[in-house]
Amino acid sequence: MTQVAGRVDAARILLGDEAVALGAIDAGIAAAYSYPGTPATEIMETILAAAPEGVTARWTVNEKTAYEAALGVSMAGRRALVAMKHVGLNVAADPFINSALVAIGGGLVVAVADDPGMHSSQNEQDSRYLADFARIACLEPADQQEAYEMTREAFDVSERFHIPVLLRLVTRIAHSRSLVTTAPPLPPGPVAKVESVADWILIPSNARRVWRRLLGAQDDLQEWSEASPRNTLYLSQDDRGLGVITAGIGRNHYLENLPDLGFIPSHLHIGAYPVPAAAVRSLAERVERILIFEEGYPFIERSIAGVLPTRWEVLGKAPGPLPLDGELTPDTVRTALGLPERPRITVAGLDLPARPPQLCKGCPHDDSFRALLAAVGGDDGAVVMSDIGCYALGALPPYEAIESCVCMGASVGMAAGASAAGLRPALAVIGDSTFLHSGVTPLIDAVAHDTDMTLLILDNETVGMTGQQPTVLPGSRLEPLIAGLGVDREHLHVLEITPKRVGELTGMLRAEMAHPGLSVIIAVRECVEAIKNRHRGGKS
Amino acid sequence: MKADIVFAGIGGQGVLSAAAILAEAARRQGLVVKQTEVHGMAQRGGAVQASLRIAPDAIASELIPRGSAQMILGLEPVEALRYIDYLVPDGLLVTAADPVADLPGYPPIALIHEQVRSLGGHLIEADRLAREAGSHRAANIVMLGAASVLLSVPPEILDACIGDAFAARGDKVVAINREAFRLGRAAIAPARR
Ligand code: SF4
Repeated sequence: MTQVAGRVDAARILLGDEAVALGAIDAGIAAAYSYPGTPATEIMETILAAAPEGVTARWTVNEKTAYEAALGVSMAGRRALVAMKHVGLNVAADPFINSALVAIGGGLVVAVADDPGMHSSQNEQDSRYLADFARIACLEPADQQEAYEMTREAFDVSERFHIPVLLRLVTRIAHSRSLVTTAPPLPPGPVAKVESVADWILIPSNARRVWRRLLGAQDDLQEWSEASPRNTLYLSQDDRGLGVITAGIGRNHYLENLPDLGFIPSHLHIGAYPVPAAAVRSLAERVERILIFEEGYPFIERSIAGVLPTRWEVLGKAPGPLPLDGELTPDTVRTALGLPERPRITVAGLDLPARPPQLCKGCPHDDSFRALLAAVGGDDGAVVMSDIGCYALGALPPYEAIESCVCMGASVGMAAGASAAGLRPALAVIGDSTFLHSGVTPLIDAVAHDTDMTLLILDNETVGMTGQQPTVLPGSRLEPLIAGLGVDREHLHVLEITPKRVGELTGMLRAEMAHPGLSVIIAVRECVEAIKNRHRGGKS
Repeated sequence: MKADIVFAGIGGQGVLSAAAILAEAARRQGLVVKQTEVHGMAQRGGAVQASLRIAPDAIASELIPRGSAQMILGLEPVEALRYIDYLVPDGLLVTAADPVADLPGYPPIALIHEQVRSLGGHLIEADRLAREAGSHRAANIVMLGAASVLLSVPPEILDACIGDAFAARGDKVVAINREAFRLGRAAIAPARR
């Protein structure tokens, strides 16, 4: 454990995200970039609040632009952090994967927060696969102290191997608090443009060379991971043939239950990837069964189990004893260890209603959804695509007004596709921030073909769901932007949406749905939470 | 002191700030803490839960195992009951009595109160006491006051933490929350005599 009694006095209680932010600041970053996304949002919020003067800290339009800006900082020889949620890395995948080939200058660390259990996400993807895919190093903290230390360490590893390093967080690290002791900060380094720009020009002749360099570096990375103190092997005299492998937070749930086990398995904890193969083999020599506790996909499990029969029984998530989906908990880990459930209170016949999230009272989306339902209601041929944001709650009662929510910006292209396939009227409903993030490019497609569809932009002048961060462009810039793309002014409308103007929006929607071409309606009113925050004088 | 506490309520009730204040009070006593919370989509008026683990030395898991919390601290009674299987069989159930019943299928409140009582739970009129202190928004601090008696947390330390937590919102907000804390403590005291 990293919380040593004597250190408690100097320690502060920090959220995992805050620990990452302070780790990056103390590592001497020159810049940090992020797009808000639960559970990673507080990394940038903390940097914005705590970074010393001279450090650039920016919300960007999306994760790809965030990553590319950070990459530019690295080429200039300075350290940069880029932070995002797991699905954000899909958006940034292009620069991310290719940046593994260039010879990274200033340390480049990408902090990615996975969301097993899908507390506020649409999937459970495991970023360790993307680190592996890009052939780079990955660090996975098991608590907030490690989150701080590993962030600092990640910059050193990045500069040592000239690769980006992925810091993998999960919700329960990002959004848990514990005591963290920080170390003396480093000042940001000077500008020092990389020496060989040829290493940054990925035309095929160069790319083949740097790709071989990256492949050649894999042995060095493997050696680093085998020697890393983040990977610890404990061989027990009393393991009864059981070896346990934990990764990240899996260790904590395992240690929670260990006192009840009655013996002590041999134990390999993994905090640094690539998977330390030699350590796995040393563990395996001692045991017959290997039980793996890792959050997310069975990543370590698959890299060990393979397809051929072995003399080891490798147990984890596929096919069990742990579930493939959801978060690990001390309870699921307990069951997997073969321990009986703890006694607990059960109340017979206690039937409690679920309490799903809902739009805030007075939310402007409420008015827009009522207008949308009135305009579309009952038309079986119609389709309403939607997107990521508070307004995804329009899928639930009392609205049930939208029919899709897939990924940032998808509503625009999906409405165009549905229109091409013959569903009419085809609508897309998207928030202002999501539109800027990934809705602009599919709208250009729709302009090019004057696609028969209606785009309804719900402009609440903020990034609502993640806690009201500023949208990169103010809402007032949306209309000229969209007109500039070539949307016909006749079919581009801006309406200040209020409860009294629901009828007006309904009429406008009906008229534009009947128009056999592209139309865009922007319904504007500020998010009530954003207004509250302003009155409170900042976020609480 | 060693305690695992589940905080249960609804987005906007101040579940997270109540947990954070108690965590800070524990830190000031030289204890180790681990606290979890939920952000994002779940915060929009839905059920919100936070857990706080306090111990003199290392804490393993971030999450409280089922059947091992010493206390469930509810800011709403149905939300408190939702986590009943996290409570150790002789654990403490303390909840605001006031229902937030704006959902279909919400049981009759008398039944819910009866259920809380049959589990030996404490029902606190948090809303009334918070208003008495000056703002209905201080119900979370009323509940923190009630919990602090049962958990035997030194009140002066918690009082100082409350002062620091609300300092940025001005003296009036601090005074309201201090009073809410005092009223919450007083609400539980008679039951203990
Ligand atoms: S946070 Fe803002 S946009 Fe989201 S539901 Fe509440 S008022 Fe609406």
